[in-house]
Amino acid sequence: MKMVTVAGPPSSGKTSVILRLAADMPEKIGVVKFDCLTSFDRRRYEEAGVPVQIGFSGKFCPDHFFVNNIEGALQWGRRRQLDILLTESAGLCNRCSPHITGILGVCVVDCLSGVHTPRKIGPMLKLADVVVVTKGDIVSQAEREVFGMSIRQVNGRAQILYVNGITGQGAFMLGKKVLAAEDTLSLTDRRLRFTTPAAACSYCTGEIKIGENYQMGMMRKMEYD
Amino acid sequence: MTDFLPLIRSWPLQRLIRAYPLVDDFLLNLNLPALDGRKTLAAALLAVSGEQLAEFGLRAADLPEQLALFLETMTRETEAARAVERLSVLAGRDKSGNPEAAGVEIRAGEVVSIVGPTGSGKSRLLADIECLAQRDTPTGRQILINGAAVEDDDRFRLEGKIVAQLSQNMNFVMDLTVAEFLEMHARCRGEDAAAVRKCFECANTLAGEKFTAETKVTQLSGGQSRALMIADTAYMSKSPIVLIDEIENAGVDRREAIALLTRQEKIVLISTHDPLLALGADKRIVIRNGGIASVLTTTAEEKESLVTIEKIDRMMQIARDTLRGGGRVAIDRRAGAKVDNFLPP
Repeated sequence: MKMVTVAGPPSSGKTSVILRLAADMPEKIGVVKFDCLTSFDRRRYEEAGVPVQIGFSGKFCPDHFFVNNIEGALQWGRRRQLDILLTESAGLCNRCSPHITGILGVCVVDCLSGVHTPRKIGPMLKLADVVVVTKGDIVSQAEREVFGMSIRQVNGRAQILYVNGITGQGAFMLGKKVLAAEDTLSLTDRRLRFTTPAAACSYCTGEIKIGENYQMGMMRKMEYD
Repeated sequence: MTDFLPLIRSWPLQRLIRAYPLVDDFLLNLNLPALDGRKTLAAALLAVSGEQLAEFGLRAADLPEQLALFLETMTRETEAARAVERLSVLAGRDKSGNPEAAGVEIRAGEVVSIVGPTGSGKSRLLADIECLAQRDTPTGRQILINGAAVEDDDRFRLEGKIVAQLSQNMNFVMDLTVAEFLEMHARCRGEDAAAVRKCFECANTLAGEKFTAETKVTQLSGGQSRALMIADTAYMSKSPIVLIDEIENAGVDRREAIALLTRQEKIVLISTHDPLLALGADKRIVIRNGGIASVLTTTAEEKESLVTIEKIDRMMQIARDTLRGGGRVAIDRRAGAKVDNFLPP
């Protein structure tokens, strides 16, 4: 089974891109979606006949939640005898990077989010193998080109693909990349491409009061002038 | 291609930035705007804490190579898209699986229009060209560049580079003035201030209503936006193929816009029902049931009828301008006058 990690800011079009991909390919595709609180996408996947599992991180760090559950996701995909398993996760702190060494990593960003967005997203874009740009059909060609350059500055190596999540234009080329991914049986002992955000402090364990007296553990202080 | 690494290793940063303005953006991007320009990148980085770089998943030692990779990628992508002299579409199948009637070949500087009812498959043809289909899309068409098939590696390299698109749905979304916008695109394309000026002037000749360089791009009218997009595609974009999905009837000189693109030796495909544009093209592709039903060369008679159509178009333009100016429209009823002459009051 081939596995692909799909990441991207909320509402960038991850689900639409995945659905377009599934519609375009004869292979059996399944999705594990990692979300924080709620997800309205279960029905979209089910209507399209795409097997889906959804996990909510709730009060846990979404990144840590992802790492703790990713091997389970792969084994679920194998049990369901999928040809391709896609994991979908939103980089909610704009730092999350669910990409794993040796596993195709896709980052979805949309043109409408502003030309500087690629600079703000961080490792999830920087360490991706493929960057999918959505909503390119409604902004000017020039802005698309500037956006593409912004991506290049962060990631000089990735393949940039333009996919229209509504018509599916461009999903075909993404499918070619997915089919070229390696087959994977297990993720145990594989490495994340980037460390997850660190925190082991009083707020991790439920503290809600503000003030020096309540701050304990590992934390970082800003220096104001 | 330039080998950037030796330059990055030996040149002081300020010289590097002067030669390649993109370097400035690159450093800004990594939150490194205040490096000492008199030193080389590696020497200047000694003043930066390793922790700050680690936030970006970087090490100081890797940065020169990463900058070289960025400059190389940008240069390669710009060069790859040049030199398309001939684009051929080899026939595939229509929606029912029947072979298409014809393929088509288009040369640089040529305009081809695409006609057919909504849903007939015009977009599919544009999509095949965009992804340089190699008998692997649902239509089974093959696209040749300069007479040759395109390998998958090249298709991925050319993605987003070979085709510039213009459609009615496109808007400007950046909060910039026209001048700022053009400067930004010029910098990204390695163009200078002369290109910015030319682009601005040209956009203003295409637009029915003039605009200033200080206007926000988001405040331009539909016609003005389209005029700016077309001028930008002609002078700044390196893409050799331009796909146009209709242009507004109002507020932009459509024929001059197309002529401008062909003067830049672009291959222009325009999906349209506008008689002025469809007949202004050298050929037109007729799409039916998802396939190319025929490819018609514009005849002398059609070119002749274009004269009348242009006259009607001018009439409409006069009526429009008169109404916009608060005037009244009247028909010229003097003896011998033709009905197709509106009389500006």
